[in-house]
Amino acid sequence: MSLPVFGPGQDPGPSFADLLNRTAVPPPASGGPSGPGGSGGGTGAQAPQTAHGTTIVAVRYADGVVMAGDRRATEGYSIAHRAIEKVYPADRHSGVSIAGAAGFAVEMVKLFQTELEHYEKVEGSALSLEGKANKLGQMVRANLGMAMQGLAVVPIYAGYDLRRRTGRIFKYDITGGRYEEDDFHATGSGGRDARTTIKLGYREGLDREAAIELAIESLYQAADEDSATGGPDVVRGIYPTVATITADGFERVGEDEVAERFQALIARKSAEGQQR
Amino acid sequence: MSIPFGYVSPEQAMKDRADFARKNVAKGRPLVAVVYDDGVLLCAENPSRSLHKISEIYDRIAFAGVGKYNEFDTLRTAGVRMADVKGYQYSREDVDARSLANAYAQHLGQIFTHEMKPLEVEILVAEVGYEPGADQMFHILYDGTVVDEQHFSVLGGDADTISERLKARFHDAMPKADAVKAAVAALAGDERRPAPAELEAAVLARTNGRRAFRRIEPAELESLLGS
Repeated sequence: MSLPVFGPGQDPGPSFADLLNRTAVPPPASGGPSGPGGSGGGTGAQAPQTAHGTTIVAVRYADGVVMAGDRRATEGYSIAHRAIEKVYPADRHSGVSIAGAAGFAVEMVKLFQTELEHYEKVEGSALSLEGKANKLGQMVRANLGMAMQGLAVVPIYAGYDLRRRTGRIFKYDITGGRYEEDDFHATGSGGRDARTTIKLGYREGLDREAAIELAIESLYQAADEDSATGGPDVVRGIYPTVATITADGFERVGEDEVAERFQALIARKSAEGQQR
Repeated sequence: MSIPFGYVSPEQAMKDRADFARKNVAKGRPLVAVVYDDGVLLCAENPSRSLHKISEIYDRIAFAGVGKYNEFDTLRTAGVRMADVKGYQYSREDVDARSLANAYAQHLGQIFTHEMKPLEVEILVAEVGYEPGADQMFHILYDGTVVDEQHFSVLGGDADTISERLKARFHDAMPKADAVKAAVAALAGDERRPAPAELEAAVLARTNGRRAFRRIEPAELESLLGS
């Protein structure tokens, strides 16, 4: 590979996707050829069975945002993966979690992470949180062709806004529409159940413990109602991923801590003999 | 056979270009890189807070340049681009300083022989190893010459004097504060003591996590120099 040097008219600037388009194979989510299936699908075209990811949540609290996601990926009615990751750091002060077609989603996260770091290195300063959220929206939009064939990717983007000194949460639709949520959001096939759980327990200015507890409870309830959302797997020791994003940055909550909280939740539910 | 009017022998042409580049690189202020116990320290005199001579290229790789700012900054950007594309297409582990240094060398060599004027720069590509002793520094000159440096490297004018001063102070596995003091003393000589605000410094440190590059801000630099 020779050094990528561009003339004044060809310079891709700080955009990594533009750079890929000029130097190599275009990235899958940048408006390149629309991939398998093409436009001949028409109505009733069945998407091929691919791995799908499911419930992800984000809750704002006093110091920032808690993000969490279950670990299950499904292919139709079978389980494709028991320990997939759906919550990723996007950069030092933000995270992205994904629901939808797993292959595209994981690739989108990788491209998004590279995009943010590339901008920061080329320009010498990081994008604003707003700018990062918009960039992700454009990437979701570039995937619209595949989304119409049933391979949608719907992320949640959350971060700590260093300028406003608060946690912020952005949700997306498949057209790349970007909407800011005030307090919390959950999406994926179990998103509705998770959202209801959070809505009932949410208060302004939760502390870290309470916010994590609420996220965990919401994933438990989503897994209880939705077949494609994985619950705590006590046998294999696989528990949902939980992360906090504060002024100190993105931090994964330790697996031991998550396991302990889930075990406490299960013990509590068993003791109460809850049927709901 | 008569020599045509305006003929310049290849030897003379190359010598003129080399003299031109060397003279202009030497006008700028020099830069040093020193291996210390936790990685590589890079330090230069630079009164600007925003026009950097030292920058991050990739997880474990840093770039430093002296000479004409716009020229080495173009090289820096190209390095970031090459590293990011490679890491995205293959894996982050596959990005290394050696192949980047070779690409720089080819580019500089090509320009040196084929263009109107050579680039008036000297650059350094440094990579921090996973273990002490595995750090690498590639010093690349305006004509594409690559030097694989051990322990320390000096870029820019007056390199010989500064190397001598640095050699006298260098020892293996120096702590960070010693490396900073040695670097600044080598740059400034015995008479001057540059203020921390006039220095630019950064480290590639093994203990920094995935992205090993960190700038040393003036306040930290002051405490390192003072301690």
